[in-house]
Amino acid sequence: MIEMQDVWKTYPNGAHALQGVSVKINRNEFVYVVGPSGAGKSTFMKLIYREEVPTKGQISVNGFNIGKLKQRKIPYVRRNIGVVFQDYRLLPKLTAYENVAFAMEVIEAPQRIIKKRVMEVLELVGLKAKANREPSQLSGGEQQRIAIARAIVNNPSVIIADEPTGNLDPETSWEIMQLLDEINFRGTTIVMATHNKEIVNTMRKRVLAIERGQIVRDQLRGEYGYEF
Amino acid sequence: MSFRTFLRHLREGAKSIFRNGWMSVASVTSIVVSLFILGVFMLLVMNVNALADKADSNVQINTYLNLNVDEALREKIRSEIETMPEVSSIKYVSKEDGMKELEESLGSEWLEGFSEEDQNPLPDAFEVSVIEPTTVGFVADKISALNEKYAEEPIMRVKYGEGTVETLFKITRTVRNIGFIFVAGLGLMSMFLISNTIRVTILARRREIGIMKLVGATNSFIRWPFFVEGALIGLVGSIVTVTLLFVGYGRLYAAAQTDMTLAKSLIPLGDLWLWLGGIIIVLGVAIGVWGSTMSIRKFLKV
Repeated sequence: MIEMQDVWKTYPNGAHALQGVSVKINRNEFVYVVGPSGAGKSTFMKLIYREEVPTKGQISVNGFNIGKLKQRKIPYVRRNIGVVFQDYRLLPKLTAYENVAFAMEVIEAPQRIIKKRVMEVLELVGLKAKANREPSQLSGGEQQRIAIARAIVNNPSVIIADEPTGNLDPETSWEIMQLLDEINFRGTTIVMATHNKEIVNTMRKRVLAIERGQIVRDQLRGEYGYEF
Repeated sequence: MSFRTFLRHLREGAKSIFRNGWMSVASVTSIVVSLFILGVFMLLVMNVNALADKADSNVQINTYLNLNVDEALREKIRSEIETMPEVSSIKYVSKEDGMKELEESLGSEWLEGFSEEDQNPLPDAFEVSVIEPTTVGFVADKISALNEKYAEEPIMRVKYGEGTVETLFKITRTVRNIGFIFVAGLGLMSMFLISNTIRVTILARRREIGIMKLVGATNSFIRWPFFVEGALIGLVGSIVTVTLLFVGYGRLYAAAQTDMTLAKSLIPLGDLWLWLGGIIIVLGVAIGVWGSTMSIRKFLKV
């Protein structure tokens, strides 16, 4: 599913974000990526959805060699990867429905199918009743659910979530985690970077710990392992 | 691309013009200002060109004959002038013809009392055209010299726009050249102005583009609505410009009709609307599209 072999990433300013990372994530896995700020978690995630290219080494996602991908093929690979951010990244002037439908319009799905599928997904995240609200009329947790709905609407095989609960209170965070767990249960691989000790220690999954650009720990049903 | 997708791009492009509100107004305004200046210069150059052409073809030498010249002598002089190598044609204008011409250009009400047979004060004349406009002075001197050949001194007066013709040539040539340089410079300037305005529009929508890329939109899918937006802004801007120019020029033309010399030298709007309108609209749309394509290019790299 996702495989990295001796991946290095050095930014133009000389910072070595990743130094020889090798890892394999299987279909239908749920993986936490933990580690101190600036350790390379975000770079690790960005490499998977081809926001960045590795300086050295190989990455394959769904059988595509991400590092050697031709520019015009990138969109087609991204359609199979859903991305969720800490700051939701919704379009402020569109309604919840439009924000989710947007992801399907972009891949030129027929309007009839869009309507059906968007309502389906909104129901899954529990926001069918608020489909016509704009992001500013929704709470943080609700906005993140819309972002998750947008990420899964095209049935991607993997979801990349970069600190999806970072801006939310504990109770709302749990709701989001239950949603992600549900999505994972339905067959989607989830890779989630987080600083939330409580979540990692309670909802036991595979844990990858990254420090100074290297994977220092890889445990099935692991713990958070840091004191902050 | 399916037809439905194409409609979506048109809709999105049009929608975002309204969504961007003042930014779109700024873009349209900058197009209007640049194209309007361009249009004024185009009108100026076109009119000066027409004037210069008219002057070119109008260079003729009016040779007025003395009243004592009879038909035989007149024919002799005609053949003398006709055989000069620089002369391309010669036309006899009798005093009656001369009066008719004058009536046509001035209107008969100005000439009341002069048009009767024995009241006509005009002399008989020859209108002599030369092959090369620059030789008028030389030919005119040659015609005047005929008086030395004949005892009757048949030539009363030889008239061509001495000096003025030459200076007119010089002035029109200069205005034409400066005009073209100005038009080219302004065209370039408006292009940069517009590309900058659209760049600001796109900067404001960086987030939207980022999200589109993230969910797997192809570059051409992202580019199309901006392309449509640029073209529409260009179209609206150029239509406003053309309207302003036509109304303004129409007013000017109407006002000029009260002045005899101006009325004849301005090109009527009917003769140039298609040309001028076409050029400005095509240019406006091209500038809009070019501006938006240039500005979006760098956001599509990642």
